[in-house]
Amino acid sequence: MKKGLTLMITLLLLLPMVSVWAGGQQEGAAAAEETETVAVPDVELDYGKPTGDLEIFSWWAGDEAPALNALIDLYNDDYPQVEVINATVTGGSGVNAKAVLKTRMLGGDPPDSFQVHAGQELIGTWVAAERMLDLTPLFESEGWMDVFPEDLINLIGTENGIWSVPVNVHRSNVMWYIPENLEEWGVEAPQSWDEFLNIAEDLEAQGITPLSLATNWTVNHLWESVALGVLGADKYDGLWNGELSWTSEEAVEVWATLDEVLEYTNDDFSSLSWQQATDLVVGGDAAFNIMGDWAAGYMSTTLNLQPGSDYMWAASPGTDGVFMFLADSFGFPKGVKNPAATLAWLKTCGSKEGQDTFNPLKGSISSRTDSDLSKYNDYSQSAAEDFADNRIVGSLAHGVTANEGFMNDFATVMEMFLNNRNPEQAANAAQAIAIQNGIVSR
Amino acid sequence: MVGSKRNSVYSMIVLLPSLILLLIFVYGFIGNSFYVSLTDWGTGAALRENPVKNLIGLENYRRLFTGAIHERFRQDLINAIFYSLFLVAGTLGLGLFLAIMLDKGPKGENILRTIFLFPMALSFVVTGTIWRWIFSPKGGVNLIPTWFGMERGDFLWLSSREKVALFNWQSVPQIIALILFVIFAFMLYGGWKNGRRTQTIWGAVLSGLMLFYAAVLHYLLPPILPYAEFHGFSLATVGIIIAAVWQYSGYTMALYLAGLRGLPVAMYESAKMDGAGDITYYLKIAIPNMWPITLSAIIIISHISLKLFALIFSMAGADNASTGHPSVLMYLITFRANNFAVGAAISVILFLMAALFIIPYLIQSYRARR
Repeated sequence: MKKGLTLMITLLLLLPMVSVWAGGQQEGAAAAEETETVAVPDVELDYGKPTGDLEIFSWWAGDEAPALNALIDLYNDDYPQVEVINATVTGGSGVNAKAVLKTRMLGGDPPDSFQVHAGQELIGTWVAAERMLDLTPLFESEGWMDVFPEDLINLIGTENGIWSVPVNVHRSNVMWYIPENLEEWGVEAPQSWDEFLNIAEDLEAQGITPLSLATNWTVNHLWESVALGVLGADKYDGLWNGELSWTSEEAVEVWATLDEVLEYTNDDFSSLSWQQATDLVVGGDAAFNIMGDWAAGYMSTTLNLQPGSDYMWAASPGTDGVFMFLADSFGFPKGVKNPAATLAWLKTCGSKEGQDTFNPLKGSISSRTDSDLSKYNDYSQSAAEDFADNRIVGSLAHGVTANEGFMNDFATVMEMFLNNRNPEQAANAAQAIAIQNGIVSR
Repeated sequence: MVGSKRNSVYSMIVLLPSLILLLIFVYGFIGNSFYVSLTDWGTGAALRENPVKNLIGLENYRRLFTGAIHERFRQDLINAIFYSLFLVAGTLGLGLFLAIMLDKGPKGENILRTIFLFPMALSFVVTGTIWRWIFSPKGGVNLIPTWFGMERGDFLWLSSREKVALFNWQSVPQIIALILFVIFAFMLYGGWKNGRRTQTIWGAVLSGLMLFYAAVLHYLLPPILPYAEFHGFSLATVGIIIAAVWQYSGYTMALYLAGLRGLPVAMYESAKMDGAGDITYYLKIAIPNMWPITLSAIIIISHISLKLFALIFSMAGADNASTGHPSVLMYLITFRANNFAVGAAISVILFLMAALFIIPYLIQSYRARR
C-alpha cells in the first residue's frame, strides 16, 4: 500500500514536468475556425400584443442608471401591460455582467434582451455561436436603414444580417482638461504626441501630473488613442483588416510612443477607477485625461461642471478629424421567453424618442442622424457634429474592432508591456494573439 | 453473523444516494474538466449549442507553461506558491503567538478571544473591501507616517510592479529536479538505514535520474522558452497576504489554544519543577506535543490559500496582474475570453496543487487508523 502511494505521489509530482516537456517549441495556434454559413432565422415582426414580463440585462448601474430608467419609463408609457425586470450587474465596461450573461445563455436561460457593445464583441461571441436573430426585417420595417449611418450599420452587421439595435454612440478619443488650470500653468492642449511630450516636461517641473491614468482597461483605452494618433485612421483600420502587420515598424512605434507617454502618468494608476482619474484633472493634480465621453456625463451630472467653461475637451493628440466610436446596443437572443415584449423593447431603443430620452442623461449622443440636438449639452452637440462629418473608426477597448478572445489576450500583452516596457516584444506578442484569435491570417 | 451482513446491506443502501451524487457532481465533473482541458474548445464559436471540440492532447498545458502569451499564468503560479507559503507561515506564527499570550490567562481573555476570532466570521468580500481602503495608495496605512510629521508613504500596496527574488523561468525544470533529488535522496537514506531493499533501490534510481537531469540533461535539451523570462515574488501580493493572515490567524489561535488547554497540567508542572522557564516549556514541550494540530492547521490553511479568488477579486480586481492567482486567471480566460479549454487546463493544475496538499494528509490519517 505504501509503495503504491509513494508511486502515486511521484507520478503526481512528475505530471507538470511532463506537460512542460511535451511537444516542441512551435506555437501551434489553431486559428479560429471558419463558421460555416447556415441560414440564420430572421426576427418575426408579429409576435402579438406585448404583455407579461420583460427582462432587460445590462451593466448600467450607479451613475448610468438614470438614463436606463428613463428609457424603461418611456417603454412602459407605450406598453403599460409589460412588467420590466431591470437586471443589472455592476462593473464598468460590463466586466462582470458579461460573465454572468454567458452562464445564463449556456444554461438555456437567456434574458429577453441584453446590453452588448456593438461590433465584434457581439459578433465574435454571440453571432458566431448562432444564438442571435437577424434583425434586418425590423430595420427595414422601422425605416432604420436610412436614419442610422451606413458606417455604423456595416460595423454592427455581417453579410448574414444585422444583429443589434444601437442605442447610443460614445467617442473614445477625447482628451479632457480644465481650461483655467491650463492657463495658470501656461500650456495649451497639445495637437500631437510630440507636443504633449514637450509640455509634459514643463508640467512635471511644476509638480503637475501631465496625464492621469486609471485601472488596467484605461491603459488599453489610452493605447487605442495613441495608436490612432501615431498611425492615422487608414493604418489603424489596417491593423484590424490585416493590411498592416502588428510587427511592422509603425506598430512598434505605437508601443514606443506609449512607453514615452507612460513616463508622464501617475504612479498609482492601477489602483484608481476611471472616475478617480477624472477627479485628478478636475482637482488640479493632473493636466489631461484621455477617456471616453462618459467622462462628460460624469463631470456634468455628478460633479455639476459646465461643459465648455468649467471643463474643455479636444480630440486626443493627433486624431483631429477622426471619431473613434463605440456603441451600446440591444439584441434579440434565440429562444427568449417573451418575444413580443422584446420586439417592442427594440423598437423603443431604436426610436428617435427613445434615443433622445436616453442619451442626454447618459452623456452620449444618438446613433441616429435625425436626433433633436437641442436636448443635448454643449459637449454632446459638438460630438454629434463630429460624428456626422468625421472619419469613423472603431474602438478596441470597447469591443468594436476585435472579438473577446483578442481583447482579453490584449490586456495580458499590455500587462506584460507595463512590466518590461519592451515595444518589440509587445508588438510580437500582439501579432501572436492576433493570429490566435483570427484577426489576421498567418 | 447474519445481523452484520444485513447491517452492511442497510448501510450500503443508505450510502448509495450520496455516493452516486458524489460520483456525478464531484468526480464526474473533475473528469469532464480534465477532458475539456485536452480539447481546443474555445476557438471561434465557443458558445454554440453544440460547440466543436477537437482533442489536442496536452497542447493547452504546454502552451500554459511554455507559450509566449501565457506569461501571466506563470507569474500567477509563482504568486500562488508564495500566497500559500506566507499564509501558512503567517497564520501559524501569529495564531500560536496569540494562543500562548491567551494561555497565560490575561484579564479579559474571553473578550480578546472573541475579538481575535471575529474576522473569521467575515466573508472574503467584506475583508477585501475593508483592506482595499486601508491599502489605498493615498490614504490608509500610507498616512501613518504623517502622524509623526513625516512624508506620506508611497508604497503601492496592491499595484506595485516590483518583484524580488527573481529567477529565470527557463531554469524551472532544473529547480524542480533538484527539489525532487533532495526528496528522493531522503528516501534512499531512509531505506538504507532501515534496511528496506525496494525503497533503497527506488530512492537510488530516482535521485540519480533527477541529479542527472539537473546536472547534464538540462543543458543538453532545448530550453523550455526561447527567451529568458523572469518571475519572482511580487511585492503587491504583500497587501493580500496581510489581509488573509488577519482573517485567519484567529482561527489558528483557537486551534492552538484548545491544544494548549488540552495538554495535561502535570506536564507544565513537572517542566517547572525541572527548572524550565516559560520559553523552554512552550518551545520544547508544548509546541512539539501539538504537532497533530499544526499539521491539520497547515492543511486547512493551505487549502484556503488556493481559494483566495474572492479576496483578490474584491481587493485588487481581476485585472490586476501583480496580485494575480491562477483561479482569477481561470475566470478571465474562461468567462471573458471564452477560452474554455485553457480555463479547464488551469483548473486541473489547481486541482493537482490541492492534491499535493491533501495526499500527505490522507497518508497520515490512513497510517494513524491502521
